[in-house]
Amino acid sequence: MRELTYAKAINEALRQNMQADDRVILMGEDIGPYGGIFQVTAGLYQEFGPERVIDTPISEAAFVGAAVGAALTGLRPVVEVMFIDFTTVCMDMIVNQMAKIRYMFGGQAKVPVVLRTNIGAGRGAAAQHSQSFHAFFVHIPGLFVVLPSTPYDAKGLMNTAIKSENPVIFVEHKKLYNEKGEVPEEQYFLPFGKAEIKRPGGDVTVVATSAMVLRSLRAAEELSKEGIDVEVVDPRTLNPLDKETILESVRKTGRLVVADEGPFTCGVASDIAAIAASEAIEYLRAPVMKVCSPDTPVPFSPSLEKDYIPDERDVIEVVKKIMEY
Amino acid sequence: MEINAQMFLSLYRVMLTIRRFEERVQDLYARGFIPGLAHLYIGEEAVAAGVCANLREDDYITSTHRGHGHVIAKGAELKYMMAELFGRKTGYCKGKGGSMHIADMGKGILGANGIAGGGLPIAVGAGLSIKYRKTQQVVVGFFGDGASNNGVFHESLNFASLHKLPVVFVCENNLYGISVHQKRHQPIEDIAIRATSYNIPGVVVDGNDVTAVYKETYKAVKRARAGEGPTLIECKTYRWRGHHEGDPNQGARYRTKEEIEEWKKKCPIKRLEEKLLGEKIATKSTLEEIEKEIQREIDEAVEFAEKSPFPELQDIYEDVYVPESWG
Repeated sequence: MRELTYAKAINEALRQNMQADDRVILMGEDIGPYGGIFQVTAGLYQEFGPERVIDTPISEAAFVGAAVGAALTGLRPVVEVMFIDFTTVCMDMIVNQMAKIRYMFGGQAKVPVVLRTNIGAGRGAAAQHSQSFHAFFVHIPGLFVVLPSTPYDAKGLMNTAIKSENPVIFVEHKKLYNEKGEVPEEQYFLPFGKAEIKRPGGDVTVVATSAMVLRSLRAAEELSKEGIDVEVVDPRTLNPLDKETILESVRKTGRLVVADEGPFTCGVASDIAAIAASEAIEYLRAPVMKVCSPDTPVPFSPSLEKDYIPDERDVIEVVKKIMEY
Repeated sequence: MEINAQMFLSLYRVMLTIRRFEERVQDLYARGFIPGLAHLYIGEEAVAAGVCANLREDDYITSTHRGHGHVIAKGAELKYMMAELFGRKTGYCKGKGGSMHIADMGKGILGANGIAGGGLPIAVGAGLSIKYRKTQQVVVGFFGDGASNNGVFHESLNFASLHKLPVVFVCENNLYGISVHQKRHQPIEDIAIRATSYNIPGVVVDGNDVTAVYKETYKAVKRARAGEGPTLIECKTYRWRGHHEGDPNQGARYRTKEEIEEWKKKCPIKRLEEKLLGEKIATKSTLEEIEKEIQREIDEAVEFAEKSPFPELQDIYEDVYVPESWG
């Protein structure tokens, strides 16, 4: 099968949805002729024109709010917020409007917006362009939260996101944009709430999100040389979360590591650990451990940033620790 | 443009309906039938009535925390409103929204909004969608003097003007952001001048004169429908009650009794009534008949609300998401 990068896979999903459905429009900063800061919308302005690929002012509250208004009145907007860090300036539109409208209005309304953004450190962009606070959106009922880890998942989940009648926070990862993988040309839809076992194994379960999936797979290869058989489970969507696949794996291996690039405290990893503690404690042979970023802002200096980012070495270290029990 | 007798009577009916509805809410709130927050619109009726009289049924509005007047003027049904205020299952939002979130998607009411200025980007998005779908609809975004200091006000005007969207921005300048007088929250008197920055018309209207509000909105709506872009209309008005019904001393802590009384003399409904009678547009008995009909409708709304059930406990989990299956 042909290979595409993660960025091109999302681009193809956007293109195919725009070809199939006039209601799909794009809004965001520099997504037009420039093609988006990470080139995810490259070529779409040229193909669909300025009415459907709208370069917005640097005005996140206006265009994210406009996406809500457009969705309420019949369109299916996909908006790009250049970095997840920038969602903080339009948080009212996401948290109080997009996520709440259906419930507050007693089910009268639908808000089919897809908000694309990205997480991840590793580009030397420091504390305001590198954060991974996707867990925050999982804390807001009313939003689906999707974190694809491969080009194949990215396209299939984007198709499902655009088809969804609910608001979707589609969290990409900057360090994945250039990763390649097999992607079918046709449109296909991956279910929300369905984890995928990216690598089967019997000794320890590593539940990993986004770029941590790739890092955990590399760690698993290394660990296999030492005879440790790691199962890597990728939830793919954090809301809805496929608890069952995670618990099934934990029941099988009796050991759980959760790897997520968000800060250590109060994140996705903490909650998945809590699920195992609540619902599979009798199967656990070792304490649950987390591989996350430290509880600090993202530092600039390459030497610090490298250490800040949780990577395969951290996964290896924690898996070895957990295997001692 | 001239306003005919039928339109005048219709404006009168809407304004009086809002007034009587709010007076009833005031009473029911005081007696504990309506929980939560109720921000009353008494004194500002000419704005909602004069603006919405220019709208088609398929036009949109976004409203504010003080939204009862806007949604009544846009055609919301009193019984579903009252049931919502009572927190009943039969209300507009099944008892999940309350006073600050009344919406009627079928009537183009894209919701009252509890966040100051929160409705404005949503109005812009509706405008974008209208332009894209080429339906010649119009959207009105209501907001207050307080919200005009918020970033979303500026962002929304900028975006709407840039794309020549069919949005009419209606500012109800009632002189206070909760307790803070306009002089203490912004260095200008006329908010309408802010339109200049966005290269759109900005007009100041006597918000207690329904004729003036109607006529200015008429121009703005015509301009919007013709694809010529947004207008900012600032209506100078005043709320008679406190910020909300729980406001200590009903706003007398930060406003003088004299000021409140002065504005009551400028009552928009009395003003219209004098015009209708003075210019023989209507007779006293016609107006009395309208009053009776409104009272009856409100009585029925209260009865409907009182007889309606509260939501079931399991309803708490309903309508968070549109149900979907992923095969």
